[in-house]
Amino acid sequence: MLCDVCKCNDATVFLTQILEGKMQKVNLCDECSKEKGVQDPTGFALADLLLGIGAAEEIEKGASTQKCPVCGFSQADFKKTGRLGCSECYVTFAEGLSSLLKAMHKGTEHIGKFPERAQRTMALNHRMRALAEHLQKAVADENYETAASLRDQIRQLENELSKSP
Amino acid sequence: MKISNMLATAGEWLRGDGPHHQIVISSRVRLARNLRNRPFPGWAKKAERSSILELIRSRVEALPEMQEAFSESLQDVSALDRQVLVERHLISREHAAKGAGSAVVVNRRQTLSIMINEEDHLRMQSIRSGLQLKQAFKLVDKVDTALESKLDLAFHPRLGYLTACPTNVGTGMRASAMLHLPGLVLSELINQVIQAVSKIGLAVRGLYGEGTEAMGNLFQISNQTTLGEKEEEIISRLSKVIETIIEKEHNARQMLLQKKPNTLLDQIGRAYGVLTYAHAMASKEALNLLSIIKLGMDLGTFPEDRRLQIDELFIETQPAHLQKSSQQKLNAEERDHLRAQIIRERLKLFPKPDISKMVRQSGGDSIAVPSNE
Repeated sequence: MLCDVCKCNDATVFLTQILEGKMQKVNLCDECSKEKGVQDPTGFALADLLLGIGAAEEIEKGASTQKCPVCGFSQADFKKTGRLGCSECYVTFAEGLSSLLKAMHKGTEHIGKFPERAQRTMALNHRMRALAEHLQKAVADENYETAASLRDQIRQLENELSKSP
Repeated sequence: MKISNMLATAGEWLRGDGPHHQIVISSRVRLARNLRNRPFPGWAKKAERSSILELIRSRVEALPEMQEAFSESLQDVSALDRQVLVERHLISREHAAKGAGSAVVVNRRQTLSIMINEEDHLRMQSIRSGLQLKQAFKLVDKVDTALESKLDLAFHPRLGYLTACPTNVGTGMRASAMLHLPGLVLSELINQVIQAVSKIGLAVRGLYGEGTEAMGNLFQISNQTTLGEKEEEIISRLSKVIETIIEKEHNARQMLLQKKPNTLLDQIGRAYGVLTYAHAMASKEALNLLSIIKLGMDLGTFPEDRRLQIDELFIETQPAHLQKSSQQKLNAEERDHLRAQIIRERLKLFPKPDISKMVRQSGGDSIAVPSNE
């Protein structure tokens, strides 16, 4: 039996995992199993590996030449490693990743902990959207005095937003 | 703190006596975090990895929890010491394979370990004895909150914390407990339990490696998914499942005592005999036999004040701990010999199994032991 990853050496490591009632099997040669960290007992390598292989197929459907503007990571790299290059890759490869994340996880949106900074940024963004709406309405109503004050508030907000990372 | 000082004492989780500690060896919660727009460790160039390490390390060392901590670059930790850290669950095997550009910081009580530049920039883990997932989470969450004000962490409003592997995205949290389940293994119910647990999105693994036949009847159970569920929900769901498994383990033991007391006595007697008289013992055999002694202790055949001695042997008979104690490199045969020797010495004054003390766990009555067996 050939290795599922390199497809050239004989498989010597056979992995089986039952996940959500479905059985998944992966056969690997010695080298690939080491490279993938399958011998890691404390990590969660099998799930990662299984999902990584599926992930590679999933993401291949997208444009294969695309590279992450921040770190230069490409989809081919993801196929090889099952890991992403940097946090911006989640934005760059969002399309290919979305179905993968859906298959992998319980939900598609994070509902757990929010870092304080993110909370503040979100609140500012929320206020920004509300002000923009008001501004549009004020302009439509030809209420220029209000519009000017709203514009100033928006500028101030933009300033604050650019300061928070 | 020097590594020799840290390794001289066992971690608190090993000596501790958390809730359900007879069955739940330890509870661990780890959070994966990364810096925003900096390449993940696996993709970063060496120089970049080093600069990320320096940035994070100084912040980690400044934490109040990390006063008098053990903090070291992995390149400055010997291969053997790294392996010892793996056997104590303070670093992952993957981390042990790292060198320059990676580091580990462990607090004095060995309840908190922070790996820098493992698969993610930050892997923070809290480990407690017994079933204490909530408490473990509380500590690591506090540390995370303290660090987030000092570091620009990668976070996406919809996807949560961004991690190198998409399997960790969201909470970045993996909560797990190490369970000792000899009753379910001996009564051949363990596969049923594993399958049921897998169906509800939790994973079961052995102490080392995959596959259902775990060594020493030790099983790790953890959450599989990290996106779409709150940290507290994941932990309470996992805790409930673990409580059910504990109950099943107690029931299995009870059934064994009632239906197959002789098999149980035979197992305990043999384990005692082999451990106290063998001259060569592989690590797997040692774990399996120690597991039976531990079961015997839970059932009352050995005095309770000897428990720590057995628990320590679980760790000290592991390959790296063994080599560490002998101060030299040993081949497999020499290790097996030394392992048997250490166990024999430790158990020299260990009392014989007292089967008259074997009690049913629920009622506490002594079982009727057949007189001519």
